[in-house]
Amino acid sequence: MNAPHATPTPWTEPDVPVAPNPPATAPVDVPTFWPRFPAAALQGVDTGAIVWSEVVPGGGHWSWRMPRGTAIRFVALEDGPNLSLVLYSALEKLERYNMPDSLKAQHTAHYTRGHVLMSDMGRAMASFTADSTGWHDPLGALLDHERMTARYGDKPYAAARNGMHRSGKDGLLIEIGKYGLGKRDLIAPVNLFSKVQVDAQGRFVFEPGHAPAGSFVELRFDMDVILAVSAAPHALDPNPAYAPKKVGLVAWRCGPAPADDACRAFRPENARALHNTDMLYL
Amino acid sequence: MNAITATDVRLQESALNPADAVIDQFHPAGEPILFPLDKGQVLRIVDLEGNQAADVLFYNRDDPAEHYSATDTMLHQGGIYLTTGSVIRSNDARPMLTIVADTCGRHDTLGGACAAESNTVRYALQKKFMHSCRDNYLIALQHADIGLGKRDLVPNINFFMNVPVTEGGDLKFDDGVSGPGKYVEMRAEMDLWVLISNCPQLNNPCNAYNPTPTRLLVWNPT
Repeated sequence: MNAPHATPTPWTEPDVPVAPNPPATAPVDVPTFWPRFPAAALQGVDTGAIVWSEVVPGGGHWSWRMPRGTAIRFVALEDGPNLSLVLYSALEKLERYNMPDSLKAQHTAHYTRGHVLMSDMGRAMASFTADSTGWHDPLGALLDHERMTARYGDKPYAAARNGMHRSGKDGLLIEIGKYGLGKRDLIAPVNLFSKVQVDAQGRFVFEPGHAPAGSFVELRFDMDVILAVSAAPHALDPNPAYAPKKVGLVAWRCGPAPADDACRAFRPENARALHNTDMLYL
Repeated sequence: MNAITATDVRLQESALNPADAVIDQFHPAGEPILFPLDKGQVLRIVDLEGNQAADVLFYNRDDPAEHYSATDTMLHQGGIYLTTGSVIRSNDARPMLTIVADTCGRHDTLGGACAAESNTVRYALQKKFMHSCRDNYLIALQHADIGLGKRDLVPNINFFMNVPVTEGGDLKFDDGVSGPGKYVEMRAEMDLWVLISNCPQLNNPCNAYNPTPTRLLVWNPT
């Protein structure tokens, strides 16, 4: 473990896309990131219906209110990112993504295309409508401050400015706090782009570099949700350096799940969960 | 970093004598119970007839925002199953209890508690009127009125349940490894609320469609 401040590393501006302030007479400076994403990672995206795109820097965190019938394609912009993700209903925040309910309904310990993220109220919140990786980690490990400083040393704002280390847990606590949700409300996240297997003795086995640059996964939001993400490293990532990776997001209007939707057809449980959500929007 | 202490089975008998217990009670099939457990006290749950899931949550009595955390418990031991030596941790990653004896050998962290709503998903829409663990939890918390509610119904422990994960990433509900009279025993590391539902699930073969009672014992620190 590094002694704090003993050997300060030179501060370098992280790769955060920040443009200079435009004049007041200019239109609002909405940046368009998605054309810079790898073209292969955008296959199937209805680019005419894109509403926004974003780049979350490694270790960064943000949240969005996503209406039913929108989708986000998440794109790995570097090798081996992790994106911890939590979902709450925007209509009733007591309703939230539930790890055990989702896993047991689909008899799965990983997520890929066809799977559905279910709430504790038996409803589909979001569906995996595309995936290039075949495995996203639902077992909910989340890097906290104690584990982060024990592994990577202390790198506070005073030493590193925007390059400071922020844990995945603190990033998500900040985001859900913006909606009045507290520590007791922080749920087990889904770790997109990460793969954690369980061996015969029940022990975790993390697969480094599971998602190379250009990997993508897509979620369709089946109800109005609050989505919060952190791009901090996975808690089981053995990399001795704090080296979180950038993730690109592109959101568009895709419409609610059609009757012949692949996620409805994936399992009868998923059809019922999507039906339960449809009953919210009569 | 934490050493990986997770394993699938560590059998350990208890030396405690039921005659010395300060609580020794029968807990009927399908029912909830909420009770305090003081730091240092030892709780034993006995699976009287075998393969009865005891769905259990723990809360810090001094801070209702601190609850059992499946993910912190799994992360700190490096794996999914609970058995002798497992430390049951909170969402602040603090030890809440330590499992000190276990004649069953494997307990589940991933299966969660059944709910009327999840029954509609897992089985059929009209299963919603059957009894469930989360209804049990809610009625116990509503009557107790101690500041805990639905937001605090986080993923729970299923003592005596066997929910393995395959290397291919499937979740299985296997036949139980428990049996009549098997027990698990744990020492409280802080003052706790213990919330138990003797699972009333009638749609799942894991309990042979037959929910059964448990026995609860508590010893004071020796």
